[in-house]
Amino acid sequence: MSTLRRRRIVNVIAFSMSMVATAIGLALLCAILWTLLSRGFGALSFSVFTQMTPGPGSAGGLLNAIYGSLVMTALGILIGAPIGLLAGTYLAEYGRNSPLSTVVRFINDVQLSAPSIIVGLFVYMLMVMRMGHFSAIAGAVALGIIAMPVMVRTTEDMLNLVPKSMRDGSAALGAQPWYTITRIVYPAAKNGLVTGVLLAVARISGETAPLLFTALNNQFWNSNLNKPMANLPMVIFQFAMSPYGDWQRLAWVGALLITLFVLFLSIIARSISSLFGQHGNPGE
Amino acid sequence: MSIRSIKLRAIVGALAIGGALGVASAADISGAGATFPYPVYSKWAEAYKVKTGDGLNYQSIGSGGGIKQIKAATVTFGASDKPLEAKDLNDSGLVQWPMVIGGVVPVVNVPGIKAGDLEIDGPTLASIYLGEISKWNDARIKALNPKAKLPDLAIAPVYRSDGSGTNFLFTHYLSKVSPSFQSKVGANASVEWPVGIGAKGNEGVANMTQQTSGAVGYIEYAFAKQNNMAYLRMKNAAGKVVAPEAGAFQAAAANADWEKAEGFYLILTDQPGAASWPITGASFIIMYKTPKNAADSLAALKFFAWAYKNGADLARQLDYVPLPEKVVKLVEKTWVASIKADGKPVWTEK
Amino acid sequence: MVLSARLRREARAESVFRVATLTSALLVLALLAGVLLTLIHGSWPALKTFKWSFVTGERWNPVADIYGALTPLYGTVATSIIALLIAVPISFGIAVFLTEICPRWLRGPISTGIELLASVPSIVYGIWGLFVLAPILQHSVQPWLIVHLGPLPVVGRLFQGPPYGIGLLTAGLVLAIMILPFITSVMREVFRMAPLSLKEAAYGLGATQWNVVWDVVLPWSRTGVIGGIMLGLGRALGETMAVTFVIGNAHRISASLLAPSTTISAAVANEFAEAVGDLYTSALFALGLLLFVLTFAVIAGARLLMMRLERGTVQRA
Repeated sequence: MSTLRRRRIVNVIAFSMSMVATAIGLALLCAILWTLLSRGFGALSFSVFTQMTPGPGSAGGLLNAIYGSLVMTALGILIGAPIGLLAGTYLAEYGRNSPLSTVVRFINDVQLSAPSIIVGLFVYMLMVMRMGHFSAIAGAVALGIIAMPVMVRTTEDMLNLVPKSMRDGSAALGAQPWYTITRIVYPAAKNGLVTGVLLAVARISGETAPLLFTALNNQFWNSNLNKPMANLPMVIFQFAMSPYGDWQRLAWVGALLITLFVLFLSIIARSISSLFGQHGNPGE
Repeated sequence: MSIRSIKLRAIVGALAIGGALGVASAADISGAGATFPYPVYSKWAEAYKVKTGDGLNYQSIGSGGGIKQIKAATVTFGASDKPLEAKDLNDSGLVQWPMVIGGVVPVVNVPGIKAGDLEIDGPTLASIYLGEISKWNDARIKALNPKAKLPDLAIAPVYRSDGSGTNFLFTHYLSKVSPSFQSKVGANASVEWPVGIGAKGNEGVANMTQQTSGAVGYIEYAFAKQNNMAYLRMKNAAGKVVAPEAGAFQAAAANADWEKAEGFYLILTDQPGAASWPITGASFIIMYKTPKNAADSLAALKFFAWAYKNGADLARQLDYVPLPEKVVKLVEKTWVASIKADGKPVWTEK
Repeated sequence: MVLSARLRREARAESVFRVATLTSALLVLALLAGVLLTLIHGSWPALKTFKWSFVTGERWNPVADIYGALTPLYGTVATSIIALLIAVPISFGIAVFLTEICPRWLRGPISTGIELLASVPSIVYGIWGLFVLAPILQHSVQPWLIVHLGPLPVVGRLFQGPPYGIGLLTAGLVLAIMILPFITSVMREVFRMAPLSLKEAAYGLGATQWNVVWDVVLPWSRTGVIGGIMLGLGRALGETMAVTFVIGNAHRISASLLAPSTTISAAVANEFAEAVGDLYTSALFALGLLLFVLTFAVIAGARLLMMRLERGTVQRA
């Protein structure tokens, strides 16, 4: 009787602890969001979107940084997504169980979790050192390299969800595999592929480490891809680490904007994929 | 599908705006280096942009970084508060000159202590940074400040983790006044600190000092002034306690004899004079003698000439000391003599 | 004739597409090889100069041009261990809650909430850690640790010294929050895969729900759980921006967890852009190489475990 009692007590304690753990996890999310909202929202104003990053002690906004982040994220996706799409297509369609696919799949999974600062070092040597200067295009390439494995993984997963019968039907009508893939499989997996792109955008839009030695930063407006370009993460880094109240407030606004953007994308991606019947894993 | 097309439109829109606004930034001058003069450089840059339309893209990454960037020729000019020695300048084909003078000031974050409340001398400051004094109510700090209410609070020394001219000036001074600091740490742009928290740039040290209760840091005076930080008064070489302000930096700078200094190599720490601030220093600009892009260099020189001529008031507002006209003449003479493209001086204006 | 021309065109399109996908797949491998070669190339001067002492050396002095990676290595490992010690139990609790207790309708929102923690950019964790967490630690948590744990023998050494608010412990805490969603997500998936028949058999023997979790589900899913923990470890080892904000950037090894230190990624992030001199730059590349090898080994191990798991379940099914 007493062992049964003890086991019941352990049961209650253990599950209470697991509830506490869950509460801690959710409380952390709330704490971070609350900090962002309370510190960022108050400083949010129209001028954030219309003015350039200021010098210390002057008023200003984040326009050049927002623009830079949009441009580099868009370019990064333009570089990373097509390659990722094709590589994922190879894994799901042509390669499937070949040894090469197994290796590629494995290496790609490792790259998903690999430290992004290493990509920064790689692109520094590959581009910045050769070109002799920091540039937005180097930053975009670094982001593209980080976006790629996300796209490879989601593409493969999503294409695998397309029923084999659709491919067989197309093949039976005499269509070549490329025709089947681009005209039948891609459209069928459209939502899933969009999810992949959204996840990739979410992944790279907040990345700072790969931009440290590639795009660097720029105090001013710059639309020349061959020059250093301002971007939100670097501006947040610089401004948050400064002693200036104005800069710190802008850093919080920037952090709020990036986080809302990324969370919004994640939630959209999640809803699309759950509609599509696939459970998405964030950043996985 | 609708999401995709919306996103596409958004991207295209953003690029289009960029194209429209991006025209004006053609003649940006690029420089990198010292964080010590950054407050005044950025004020000058703002005024200069209004006046001429030319921007200055100055990355305040530390003097060490400035020297690296100019040696790698990724920027038009580098900036450092640690002057390069004449031999190094010649070997690398560089030329340097002083741009502005300022002071390195100890700042603290101690509850109840306001700017100027405490005074300190060099040896005590050295002991704090050696870890020998670890509490704010230590007898040696109390002895200097018998009236102050000092709490039983751990001292968190904040130092520069990056290669820094401010570091150089600070350690140069501490090495002069404390033999044990000289032997254990030494004077350089980046050193091995036995205790404390590392931070990047004058900005980072100021930020970390604000963030950490019990912290002490060292920063250019403008950073302390702009952010209302609690600076300390210091005992100088003449044994007098002085407050950091332009007059005290000026008094130290009055000892400078730029004409005799080869390559403008001059360090102004621990200068004689009853009013002298003990950790005063000049901030230098470094450029190539034969620049690859003469037009970029000329644009930079024009900015510097403008700053010498019109920037004195902005400098004084931040308690920097502008260089006297005599020294400016000397600098401009150096430009004509040293910076050349195709054998002709890049700088021709008077 | 027309038909054969069309067939030829089709065949060409097919081979172009096929080669394009193959090339892209190979690019994934080439990228990894490129990164590795670049890092080796970049770190060669430093490795040649210091040989093994690069890994065992404690001094990091850019002025004397002496570089030893022991301090950042120590900081990287120490912060990651702290992170695991905190994150693993919490993740386990959340995973158990989600798979065993949570009402079905609440599962979605709660797991989404936890997973959103993974979407928050690392720089946001950094400023949150510096401006919100560090002051709390400095004023409340660390003084308590110093007073209550500091005097203990052996363990006490971990909690001595002044409370700066930032340092190894703070960095470990921030990392714990960041890796928590990854570990939780893997644990939840593998717990869910535990065969119902096994669980029901245990219930039939009179086991409590917790007995089933601890004695049946956990042993059954051991491989996956370890894989998830290693995945979290891999993340923690390489995390950069969040750590850079709260580690204190000091090239020193102290016994105390409250002391400022540095990690490999923080050192590279802080120093690379302004490193003067070839040897300095090379030493930072060598740090990058070290990090690459370390994280690659851990993540690859995690993935191998998880691949084994996937194969295992397929066989069992």
